[in-house]
Order: sequence, then structure tokens, then C-alpha cells
Amino acid sequence: MPVDILIVDDSAAIRKILQRVLRQAELSVGEVIEAGDGVEALEALKSRKVGLILSDINMPNMDGLQLLTQIRASHEHKNVPVLMITTEGSQNKVLEAVTLGASGYVRKPFTADQIKEKLTGIL
Amino acid sequence: MQESIAQDQLVEFIRDASCGVFQTMLGLELRPLAEYTEVDPAPTNAGILSLVGFAGTWAGTGAFICSARMACRIADALFLSEHDSVEEEVLDAVGEMTNMILGNVKTELEEILGSMALSIPTVLYGHDFIKRNQGKHEWTVVPFDFEGERIEVQVCLSPNQQNEHARHAAKPHLAGV
Repeated sequence: MPVDILIVDDSAAIRKILQRVLRQAELSVGEVIEAGDGVEALEALKSRKVGLILSDINMPNMDGLQLLTQIRASHEHKNVPVLMITTEGSQNKVLEAVTLGASGYVRKPFTADQIKEKLTGIL
Repeated sequence: MQESIAQDQLVEFIRDASCGVFQTMLGLELRPLAEYTEVDPAPTNAGILSLVGFAGTWAGTGAFICSARMACRIADALFLSEHDSVEEEVLDAVGEMTNMILGNVKTELEEILGSMALSIPTVLYGHDFIKRNQGKHEWTVVPFDFEGERIEVQVCLSPNQQNEHARHAAKPHLAGV
């Protein structure tokens, strides 16, 4: 069954690249929706369910780690896999994301193959 | 944590990050040129100036500079579509390249200088930009060549005076003891 995916990144460029990578991946991808920060993501999740979330960390209004915390605390979305895709590469940030419940971590810059490999593992 | 960073180490971080991001995201090979330092770099007439701020124990600014034509080439390679003029998508592409390059530089710097935050990029399109650092600190300018086009990544960093003041203010006041 196709999986609906939410991309959360304040960069329109990254959202567009990830859309392309998802379309080209040999995965069963359904609808792909976008949000520019954590607040927009939570708003989108009020009215729908998704099977996977790809999220940046550094974003205005609500960052990716705050979003991850809210998702893991939510009754409806707590089990949705969340893949962090970010320039943040310090061990502390990676550890923090994993501790908060991230399903995976990809550091920018990334190749399409790296994303596909992670998604295959998660889905 | 070290108190400062050696110039050649900063240059190496910038070169590695720039070449790595161009290679991975765009499949383009940059050729590094000789670096230099300058207190007030000459006006930027290249066309595109993209800026990010660093904040932490050390603070400052990072810049990515290229021509409008190079910016279009970056967008072409990033989005796999042609761009003839500097429109929104081209500015987004340059902003994201700036974020990735200087974000990776920041990660390396954090190992030495402690935790830092990076602002969201601001991308400007025009010519004859003059940028000025109020503290009169030196900019490390790291240029690259890509098929005759010049790209520059510049970083200006100095100890964060506000942090210093806060640290001194927090110390116990011993006068009169």
C-alpha cells in the first residue's frame, strides 16, 4: 500500500529535491505533502495521517527536534517513522535526535542513494 | 575546547565542505585557488551574495559569492532543469548551498570552538555590494574556480564579546573581601 509522506524543511530547494528523490525511488510512495517548519507540520498532521516524516532540524518557529518530541508525545502519530535530514553533524545532535525517537539520520549533503537506502530500511 | 582556530585549519574546513557539497549535490568539481585574509574585502560585484550568521562562544558571518551565471548553473544541476535568469528557484538553490557548506564548516568548528548556531541564509542579487564587519575583524577568503567562473566562500569569526561580558559578570565580585 502506498505510503503518504510529509517533508518538513524551511528550504524550498531541499523540499523539491526530496520530492524528486521520493518519486524516483523504487518505493511505494503515495501523496507527498510539504511543511516549512514544525508548526506547519503539526498543523498538517491535525487533519491527516502519514506513514513517514522526513524532517530538517534547524528551522524557524519550531525546529525538527521540538517537532519530533511533539510527534512522539502524540497519541495519533507517535509510531510514525521520522528520518532527520540535516546539516547538523555533531555527535551531540545525532544522539539527541536518536534519544528523542528519530528513526534515522542523514547528513546534508546527501545523495539520492543514501536517502533511498535509509527509506528502504525504515519502510 | 581550544581558545582559537588556526587559519589553515579553517581554510581546510571551508575547502572540504565546499568541494564535498558541490560534488555530492551537483556532481561538479571545484578547483581550489589560493586563500587570503582581508579586513574589508573589496565590493562584491559578482552578482550573488549569500550570508549566514554564526552565534556561540565564537560569532561571525559566512558568505557565499558567485556570479548570476554560476548561480543559474548551480540551480540547473540541483534541480535538473534549466534556468536562464536569476529567479526565485535560483536564489533558493544558492541559499541551500550556502546552508550546507557553512553548516558543515560549523560542525567542524564546533569540535574546536564549542557549540554554535547558524542562521537561515539571506541571499542578495545585485552588484557592488559592500559588506562590513563592525568589529573590523579579518575575513578568510577561500576562492574556487569552476570552468572559468569564480566562487568565493568567506568566513569572519571572532570571540563573542557578549559571551565574554556575561562570563565576567557571572564571576563572584571579590572587591572589598
